[in-house]
Amino acid sequence: MNRKTGVGTWIGFIAILVWCLLPVVWILSLSFKPVAETTVGSAQFLPKSWTLQNYQDIISNPDFTRALLNSFGISLIATLLAVIFATFAAYAIARLDFKGKRLVLSIALAIAMFPVVALVGPLFDLWRTIGLFNTWPGLIIPYMSFTLPLAIWTLSAFFREIPWEMEQAAQVDGATSWQAFRKVIVPLAAPGVFTAAILTFFFAWNEFVLAISLTSSTASRTVPAQLSFFVGPDPFNPPYSQLATASVVVTVPVIILVLLFQRKIVAGLTSGAVKG
Amino acid sequence: MTTTVTATPATKAPKGPAQASERATAENKLGLKLVAPAVILMLIVTAWPMLQALYLSLFRYRLTTPDERDFVGFGNYVTALSDPLFWQDLWNTVLIMVVSVGVELVIGFAFAMVMHRIIFARGVIRTSILIPYGIITVVSAFAWQFAFSLNNGFVNSWFSWLPGIDENMNWFGSHWPAMFAIIVSEIWKTTPFMALLLLAGLSQVSEDMLEAAKVDGATWWQRLWKVILPNMRAAIMVAVLFRALDAFRIFDNIYVMTKGAQGTESSSFLTYRQVIEQFQLGMGSALSVLLFLSVLILAFGIVKLFKVDLAQARGEG
Repeated sequence: MNRKTGVGTWIGFIAILVWCLLPVVWILSLSFKPVAETTVGSAQFLPKSWTLQNYQDIISNPDFTRALLNSFGISLIATLLAVIFATFAAYAIARLDFKGKRLVLSIALAIAMFPVVALVGPLFDLWRTIGLFNTWPGLIIPYMSFTLPLAIWTLSAFFREIPWEMEQAAQVDGATSWQAFRKVIVPLAAPGVFTAAILTFFFAWNEFVLAISLTSSTASRTVPAQLSFFVGPDPFNPPYSQLATASVVVTVPVIILVLLFQRKIVAGLTSGAVKG
Repeated sequence: MTTTVTATPATKAPKGPAQASERATAENKLGLKLVAPAVILMLIVTAWPMLQALYLSLFRYRLTTPDERDFVGFGNYVTALSDPLFWQDLWNTVLIMVVSVGVELVIGFAFAMVMHRIIFARGVIRTSILIPYGIITVVSAFAWQFAFSLNNGFVNSWFSWLPGIDENMNWFGSHWPAMFAIIVSEIWKTTPFMALLLLAGLSQVSEDMLEAAKVDGATWWQRLWKVILPNMRAAIMVAVLFRALDAFRIFDNIYVMTKGAQGTESSSFLTYRQVIEQFQLGMGSALSVLLFLSVLILAFGIVKLFKVDLAQARGEG
């Protein structure tokens, strides 16, 4: 169908760009303001004088780099494990006939909507008792549980679309079952698995409630938690420009993932909830 | 299920006379085995602590004095439900939820329309819209807190022409402006999610039907209300359900922007404060249970009220 790009669409296009990017440009600009400027108060959007000092300070701040390491480690491990378990479950849901399939999907949905804060008390108590408090596994385990629903829903939607007959076709053509799986099914399923992994990673990277409740030191504190504790020497005057710098640094991985995989992320987000 | 022979269950099926049912049993077993790890993991971290919370909520139990644990029955619930703070926080939570979901629905729909119609720079727009989605909520909260800041923000100087806003406006100094700032951050961060779900729904509305309505002389407004919106009902309802339950759990923005000052506390924040800051495990558990019940009631209410059929929305119907 021949559609012209009207004025309204143009305005909408600009509006979306401004909406999405303005706050990002704002923290970016703030990150180049010297600390002295923000301490006095600097109400204009762009810095009066530009500096890279904040980046040097942040990169050489051991608490921040440690938090960055924790965030990467915990998010990646949780993502990997959650996606493996979710792949098994989603394969069964999409492919096999078994009792309780709807129950599994309902449990997943219920957990996706669970108020995380409601678990903080009992988990805090339990983790202290069994020694998981303030450790990597102490965060990885709940992150897996809370990302599994999203991963299962996304993956089962993807798996339902795979033409599984091709596996038999390959076997008829003389491939062994392992070859059929490896050469036919894996390439078809990989994009879905990958998408689920990105969404899972976003969740773990973003998570805050458990990160501040189940940690007590930089040994396992992730970036969002570390940021909220980073008040600097004067609690009534937070180091704006340094916080902005840290914010920019932790947003970089998100932007890279989005730039590389935007199409997959959109497909994954919508396939889990609405399927065409 | 069709009768296609699946490789894995077939090899696992034991020998026996009743081939078909044996195979069905084997498939059933394999299915359960494959979902078991995921289900167990999900339940360990949710069901077990929730039961624990139910139990602890019946005690007066403070971690600072763990030996003085008294059974108080429903005492904690009575205390919580008769405290105006509980209702104030619940009201804040509901207000934030209703306002942000309502605004997001309108802006998200506008964004979805633009993304649906646009024929150039689709990659650019998709990338930009995913940035707020992917960004850490804490970072979003900081960005907006700084934007609204009295000394370092641009909002006051940019919008000083609006009545009620001047250079010296302290957004975090009183209740409503602080709530406004919190809601802005919430809306900014989550509108993209709404827009993408609505876009998926919008792409399911048949172009032929729209064309037919146009030929029949329906105005743009009529096409929107009589053709587009009714046909994407399922998508809208799923988006509202997901976002409403998500907004009801609001915590990160409040924690960063106000720490609950100026009466901006949400139910989640109240629960957190009791447990982690005051070590009131008994009272905190009671609040956890109440929070859980509120979410259940809310989910049930939305599903019943709007007749959301998730299975149908996913095309499983």
